[in-house]
Amino acid sequence: MIRSLALLPALLPALLLVLASAVLGTGARAESLVTSLSSHQVAITSNYTGSQVVLFGAVRRDAQTISRTGPYQAAVIVRGPMQTVTVRLREERGFLWINGEQQKFANVPAFYAALTSAPLDEIAAPALRDRLAVGLDGLGRDIGDTVARGGREATFREALVRLKRRLGLYVESDRGVTFMTPEIFRSAIVLPADSPPGNYEVEVMLFADGSLLAVDRTNFELVKIGFEQRITALAENQSLVYGLGTAGTAIFLGWLASVVFRRD
Amino acid sequence: MSIYLPVAEMTVSLFTILGLGAAVGFISGLFGIGGGFLMTPLLIFLGIPPAVAVATQTAQIVASSTTSGLAALRRRAIDLKLGGVLVAGGLVGTALGVWLFAAARRAGQLDLLIVVSYVTLFTVVGSLMLRESIREFLQSRKGKPRPRRRAGEHPAYLGLPLRMRFPRSKLYVSVIPLWGIAMFIGFAGAMLGIGGGFILVPALLYMFKVPTNIVVGTSQFQILCTTLAALVLHAVANQAVDLVLALMLIVGGVFGAQFGARASANLRADVFRFLLALLILGVGLRFAVELVVQPDELFSLSITQVGAEAVE
Repeated sequence: MIRSLALLPALLPALLLVLASAVLGTGARAESLVTSLSSHQVAITSNYTGSQVVLFGAVRRDAQTISRTGPYQAAVIVRGPMQTVTVRLREERGFLWINGEQQKFANVPAFYAALTSAPLDEIAAPALRDRLAVGLDGLGRDIGDTVARGGREATFREALVRLKRRLGLYVESDRGVTFMTPEIFRSAIVLPADSPPGNYEVEVMLFADGSLLAVDRTNFELVKIGFEQRITALAENQSLVYGLGTAGTAIFLGWLASVVFRRD
Repeated sequence: MSIYLPVAEMTVSLFTILGLGAAVGFISGLFGIGGGFLMTPLLIFLGIPPAVAVATQTAQIVASSTTSGLAALRRRAIDLKLGGVLVAGGLVGTALGVWLFAAARRAGQLDLLIVVSYVTLFTVVGSLMLRESIREFLQSRKGKPRPRRRAGEHPAYLGLPLRMRFPRSKLYVSVIPLWGIAMFIGFAGAMLGIGGGFILVPALLYMFKVPTNIVVGTSQFQILCTTLAALVLHAVANQAVDLVLALMLIVGGVFGAQFGARASANLRADVFRFLLALLILGVGLRFAVELVVQPDELFSLSITQVGAEAVE
């Protein structure tokens, strides 16, 4: 008895942990998310014109989950591979318009999509929205800059988001997620042909009554395969061989043309 | 039908590129020039990154100058000794051009460099050719054609040291001005994705009095060698040569050039020079508009690096 009492301090943390989990388990347990992407590897082939990846999500509840007054809402955030981007401002010098001031942003996703099932202000309370930085406004604030210049960088950041948006690389849609049943939703992620190869992170958030209930993360990769992949690898890793090969091909085709269309 | 360009990392329409290649090939066949000075700007206007446009166009020039170089060789219309001297100068220029191209690309000023170079080179050359062709036209109306070569008359630059004899071209000139012009053309060619035939041919013809039947073949020989070097150097230094794009340009160009060459038989020489001058001036002015007119969107994006940069 005395011996087991002496053991108590050592056992205490473990005991508390079990107790705590038991208390939480019987209490209000939040929903969890189950998500699945239609594919985890999107191939760029010779006739690639962009692609689409579909995300399916289900809200998992059990007997202890409390009931919600409002419907579930979901947000899907997709971030493409990171890039360093320079934004330049054309300025009039004399009568020429040339590149003047510039701002470098060192941490910019090449592709960004904020897809939600309803307008953001209906999904999350303002304070939460600010903290999560969902959507293009949030992304704009999030993009780190290399040289801060007392407020001037804000116009460059806005320009970056505007230009990326025009290219279809930044997308925001409050109809991007559809609930098929109150607990099952789908979202189509459309990748334009210009979206670069690399890793695309997908973050799925579940909301109800203005608060965040669950987050799930997954990803897919956009990769060149077959001929396209071999060409790129050769051009990058063995550029001399690639250059000589291209030169040889060009000379061969030039010779072929001179034989086929010989006029003398 | 769309086709993905693996190095440019973008999708283009196959028929647009083949069509452009054929159209430019037609013009190049018509005028007996490479056509790079039209194709490279068109590719840039299509949205292909300038680096890829310039580097890839060199492959098309290699193919077209191989075809016409071989034809000239069969007609024995190449002065190989003169060509060799030109190539020696041209290669130095090409290396300098590729080096400046890579440096400007790193500094993020490549687009500006290309636009400014096109504007200066093309407006100057275009205006000079236009003036020459109008003067020629006026004189031919008066009925007295200008003598091409007067005995005993030599500009001073031909008499510089290092004189060399070129029996095939019936020349005895200093190699220094030859190197100078070849170097300039190699330099401009590597930087702008052009062969430079439209500068080299008149330069050899008017400044050095190379016989007309030899000038085109010799210039094609020099262009083949320098663009070949430019192609390999661009592939190594800038990794901007897109094989898929190059194949489409070559195939389109080959067919266009055949029709152009046939059509050229019906074109009078003076009209021909006048049209070519207008074309070159037009390309220069098109780029000048870019510089002078206020753009709709003042901001522009360029991807400086793939992957996030570690900020110190």
